[in-house]
Amino acid sequence: MTSLTRRSFVQASLSSAGGLILSFSVPVLASRRPWQQSDSAASEINAWLTIDPDDSIVIRVAQSEMGQGVMTALPMIIAEELEADWRKVTVEYADVNRQIREGQPYGRMWTGGSMAVSHSREFLQLAGAEARERLIKAAAETWVVSASECYADYGRVHHRGSNRSFSYGEVAPLAARVNVANVDIKIPDEFNFLGLPTRRLDVPAKVDGSAVYSMDVRLPDMVYAAVKHSPVPGGQVRSIRINAIRNQPGFIKAMRMESAVAIVAETFWQAKKGADELPVYWDFGEAEKSFSDTIKQEFFDQLGERGEVMSEKGEIVALMDNAEKSIESDYFAPYLAHAAMEPLNATVHVQAERVDIWVGHQNPEYAVQIVSEVTGIRPENVYLHNCHIGGGFGRRSHGDFVEEATRIAMDVGRPVQMIWTREEEMRAGAYRPMSAMRFKAGFDISKKLVAITNHSVTHSIRYDQDPEMEGIDSSSVQGLHNHPYMFPAWEFSHSRKNTHLTSWWWRSVGSSINAWAMECFVDEMAVAADKDPMAYRRRLLQMQPDYLDVLDVLEQESGWGKTELPKDTAMGMAIHESCGTIVAIVAEVTVESTGSVRVNKVTAAVDCGNLVNPMTAEEQVEGAILFGLTAALYGKLTVENGQILEDNLDTYEIIRMHEAPEIKIHWALSGAGRWGGLGEPATPVIAPAVCNAIYKITGRRIRSLPIKDYYLQVRR
Amino acid sequence: MIQLNINDQAVEVDVAPDTPLLWVLRDNLNLTGSKYACGIGQCGACTVLMNGHAVRSCATAVSDATNYDIVTIEGLSEDASHPVQLAWIEEDVPQCGYCQSGQILTAVALLNDKSNPTDEEIEAAMTNICRCGTYSKIRKAVKKVARERGEV
Ligand code: FES
Ligand code: FES
Repeated sequence: MTSLTRRSFVQASLSSAGGLILSFSVPVLASRRPWQQSDSAASEINAWLTIDPDDSIVIRVAQSEMGQGVMTALPMIIAEELEADWRKVTVEYADVNRQIREGQPYGRMWTGGSMAVSHSREFLQLAGAEARERLIKAAAETWVVSASECYADYGRVHHRGSNRSFSYGEVAPLAARVNVANVDIKIPDEFNFLGLPTRRLDVPAKVDGSAVYSMDVRLPDMVYAAVKHSPVPGGQVRSIRINAIRNQPGFIKAMRMESAVAIVAETFWQAKKGADELPVYWDFGEAEKSFSDTIKQEFFDQLGERGEVMSEKGEIVALMDNAEKSIESDYFAPYLAHAAMEPLNATVHVQAERVDIWVGHQNPEYAVQIVSEVTGIRPENVYLHNCHIGGGFGRRSHGDFVEEATRIAMDVGRPVQMIWTREEEMRAGAYRPMSAMRFKAGFDISKKLVAITNHSVTHSIRYDQDPEMEGIDSSSVQGLHNHPYMFPAWEFSHSRKNTHLTSWWWRSVGSSINAWAMECFVDEMAVAADKDPMAYRRRLLQMQPDYLDVLDVLEQESGWGKTELPKDTAMGMAIHESCGTIVAIVAEVTVESTGSVRVNKVTAAVDCGNLVNPMTAEEQVEGAILFGLTAALYGKLTVENGQILEDNLDTYEIIRMHEAPEIKIHWALSGAGRWGGLGEPATPVIAPAVCNAIYKITGRRIRSLPIKDYYLQVRR
Repeated sequence: MIQLNINDQAVEVDVAPDTPLLWVLRDNLNLTGSKYACGIGQCGACTVLMNGHAVRSCATAVSDATNYDIVTIEGLSEDASHPVQLAWIEEDVPQCGYCQSGQILTAVALLNDKSNPTDEEIEAAMTNICRCGTYSKIRKAVKKVARERGEV
């Protein structure tokens, strides 16, 4: 590809902006109502983009923006191939209804697993390249020259033989009608734009209150619904006494569902008051007898049984029996809530032949399917208006709140905005699974590892969805048997253990639990072998050059082993791959005289292969580390009489600014075909790094999260 | 009828006096830039300015807000041109953005109070929760406003 002029322009604009960042005096606004489609004055070049006569380009985004930056990164990929002038680009969501009616022109619209870039990059490059070739062909036809004599650059098509050129807007109407055959896409070396730190397109709307989250949707005749779920998940409504609230101002109706009651009123506050004051009598069933401690005990009892073997090598029993020395440790992780800032909500309007739903959903096609099933209205007639999402972290891919909002709206017959209060969301949640696991390692007389075993017992997310499932839920064991280490012999086994609670994907899913336990145990092994944890991991990773490269960067940048620290302070480390990205971190931790833990500094080395937007990439790594740190320090849900006790942000603590460590991120990019995800992979590594540092300071292993449950003292 | 002064406008609302200001803003006045996240004064997503001070509107009864000049994110500037908003854009602060109206207004109040806050003062004032973890950028943006103000 020839786009040299383009590169020089980009560089010129960089230096004149005086910084590394593409800087615009007039910020490009992301559409404030992201679901609204641009009007038809523009020419649609293909399903992904339109170009106006004034050269403005609208690029459609098929993944949901929940803070991770897809509304910028994905259009960047199209713009790269399109040779577009980025300042002319605005974005809107791809139309979910069109996806359904036209046979999925947008490929997958599901957002999760940190896959936005890895799973759609090639597709989006092709879309951009196809549009570019159409523009070139349209210009060539107008000039009556061969397309091979023309090229596209920075929003214009040029003819090589003459000085003629067209702006994209000028040839767009014709480009929409021509056809092009196979198009080529660039390889990373040919990128001019991808890889440059680029400001997010959704930011301007997020600093003046104009970005529309689903809770901000306002419709004529709209009413509000508050919901009161059974405090014990799964409990049934026995009876309610509507008369107690019937005369409250604004009251419209109470609606009884199987395991919840909805109160509909003119304003949300009136609805919530009604829900608070409505007497409801429940049947909690057996679940009322469960407590955190009894559930935990059941998990540990199961650990003592034999699990299903997933992966094994060697005569484990004999090797362990003959080991000179062995260590054994049990690890335990509690249920956790997602606690995104925007509580779950949806606005639904059910009419005779059509349903409209305003929601921020990670899986809009799935949401449409739910709405269709509840209402009996065909998916083609369901219009989902995807909104900005005030944090997803996996929770916004569940269907529970969509289904409930739809049922309520069907019953009310007017547009209804249903909001779960924070308390409802925390108590009726879908949680990160609980898990317990046992590791054992045997060493020979020279302290060399001879074998390792692991048995994990985990609440299965898949089983909650499908009790007919067979085999092992891969999300429960990710990062265990498929670890990168070169062990001489091993056995990894697993057992499923579900409870009355519902589990769901939580940022980095199984890795958030398994990498913690595994990386803590590898540290224990290093200590048992009298080795430095960094050097010990290097030995076990000697066949993994990408991992070693990441460790090189980490060791150098963190000052590992070369930094003098006071007795109450130490560095701990961990490394893990998930979603195609390797992240290794060193955490510098202090245990204060009060026993509390402060994380001072985190150094991260990351290999996601290639970068689309380093700016949002760094934001994701930093955010993911803080998400994992909140869980490590504070995260737990307590079950008492079947109910979750932590029901708001006072008891379910989230890290605040004064507790947030300084985070330094270093890229160790291996390039080539690796396009790893970034939303999740930095979450799993922080907990083990902090726990390993705490061990150095106190001599205590944190084998049950969260850290706040321990009384810690500096080792004398 | 309860009288309020919001974004330089006198408004009257017909609501129960114990209704939190947040819900009056959102449901009665359609000022949806102030966000609901906890409802118990913990997170600051609902922060508004009352006579220049940052106040959590979910924990403020509307009847207690009558004699104040209230500013919401919608009223901070005509066109997102307040120096704090500009710094937020420049530093690319928001991720999901849900906490940011509250963060911005809290920063405005802090900078009204202290023109050049230290790190400790920033931490003491900026206690709002950001679940996406944008704290380092918030800190940078606050310092940027202070620095640029000092230069004028
Ligand atoms: S919503 Fe008001 S402080 Fe959280
Ligand atoms: S930007 Fe998402 S909560 Fe702060």
